[in-house]
Amino acid sequence: MSQLGISPAAGIESSAAQWLERRDHESWSASDETEFDAWLNESPAHAVAYWRLEGIWSTADRLAVLRVPELENVTPMPRRRWWPLAIGMAAGFAVIAALGVAAAHYILQPHERSYATDVGGRESVTFADGSVIELNTNTVLRARMTSSERTIWLDRGEAYFQVHHDGAHPFVVFANGHRITDLGTKFRIRRDAAHLEVALLEGRVRFDAAAGKSSLLMPGDVAIANGGAVSIAREPAEELAEELSWRRGVLVFKHRTLADVAAEFNRYNQKKIVLADVSVGGLKIYGTFRTVDVDLFARVTQHALGLNVDNEGNEIVISR
Amino acid sequence: MDDATQTGRNDLRASGVGIPMSEVKAWFIREVLPLETMLMHFLRQNWRDANEVADLRQEVYVRIYEAAQKEIPEAAKPFVFAIARNLLVDRVRRERIIPIDTVTDLDALNIASTEAGPDRIVMGRDALRRLRAALAGLPQELREIVILRKIEGLSRQQIAARLGVTERTVSRRIAESARALADTFYSDAVENGRKP
Repeated sequence: MSQLGISPAAGIESSAAQWLERRDHESWSASDETEFDAWLNESPAHAVAYWRLEGIWSTADRLAVLRVPELENVTPMPRRRWWPLAIGMAAGFAVIAALGVAAAHYILQPHERSYATDVGGRESVTFADGSVIELNTNTVLRARMTSSERTIWLDRGEAYFQVHHDGAHPFVVFANGHRITDLGTKFRIRRDAAHLEVALLEGRVRFDAAAGKSSLLMPGDVAIANGGAVSIAREPAEELAEELSWRRGVLVFKHRTLADVAAEFNRYNQKKIVLADVSVGGLKIYGTFRTVDVDLFARVTQHALGLNVDNEGNEIVISR
Repeated sequence: MDDATQTGRNDLRASGVGIPMSEVKAWFIREVLPLETMLMHFLRQNWRDANEVADLRQEVYVRIYEAAQKEIPEAAKPFVFAIARNLLVDRVRRERIIPIDTVTDLDALNIASTEAGPDRIVMGRDALRRLRAALAGLPQELREIVILRKIEGLSRQQIAARLGVTERTVSRRIAESARALADTFYSDAVENGRKP
């Protein structure tokens, strides 16, 4: 029944897709609607093919929840517009000739965006290449994602990367002056002013230290850079997974010191835990807590460890 | 059931009365399309020419549409598979070249059982997860179109500017991505793992 390679169903589906696209367009008019109705009523095959496409296309509206609002106020760079790309290269060069070199730099500057979370915040960003970055609390990153370049700057905090691998367009992250290049990968990067940690869960990553030394990370490897010194440790998969529990909004602790745990909670909450007594810092904690529920954590500490906990509004002071 | 499947195409517009189109459409999208993975599996299993499966699906849908205009069945699943089965049987009879055993194990598949089953979950809470999976399965140039249109909410003009292509190309890719998304979401359902 197929003739010349196109089946009747495929032909109808193709028309249905064109109608769907036209109806989705801003310029859709009443006369278009009449024409469309006529086509739709011409055959039940038209109607079902159209409904099928419309079904998925309107369902796909739900994808909008994945949108992360652009937080322009956090970007240290001036907001860039990318409209000049629309002009096309030929016209672009004409404009460059007219405006001079400074303008050329402005016009050809690839689109760069900033994403940020507040203390306690968490966001997921999906890029056009299919890569997904999840930002943990108090994190700032910039992304320059174009058809020829995929570059991220992690300016603050922690993020988890699931990179859609494309050998022709490496995915590069800069953090603390070091460069991390994806070779098909899931990885986590956490930084503060002096310290950087890159943990690889899947695939391969090349770590180029600021000092120039390169290492290839394998799954389970954690590269730790303290200033200029870089070391690579191995961590069991279970531990790597626990360190990503923030993606679910929880913190998992297994025999961690209270000092560590307090520092972790303080990353996620404006209300800070203060250890008034150095000796309590060494007590071991075991448990799973919601990142933002520091009050619950304080109560549990009070009861389980028999400590004094003073909840002072913006601080929780723990002492013996 | 047989009444339903034997509705002639000619009565269609003559009928004029019956279930309003909007109701048929809502039912079709809600109840029938989520069964497409199973339907395609059924058709592929029972028809030897894989090239014809998309046409068969189309014809099953047409028959469903025609029947539903008279009465929307209570349970979609047995209805859909009874229609699919009858279509294959009709085809086998009509195209005599095909040996009768092409249509194998129709009853053994037990597909037309009356249990409404868990198929309805499909469009429910995990629609977003499945959408993301379908999106991830699209070719790069269609995936970026869907992301820019549906997630970023950009206009055609903005998308064209972003990608450095013409608006006409954007339009063409939007149409293509709707088709590709329908196939991955309804037909493949890679992540679904459901079997008839």
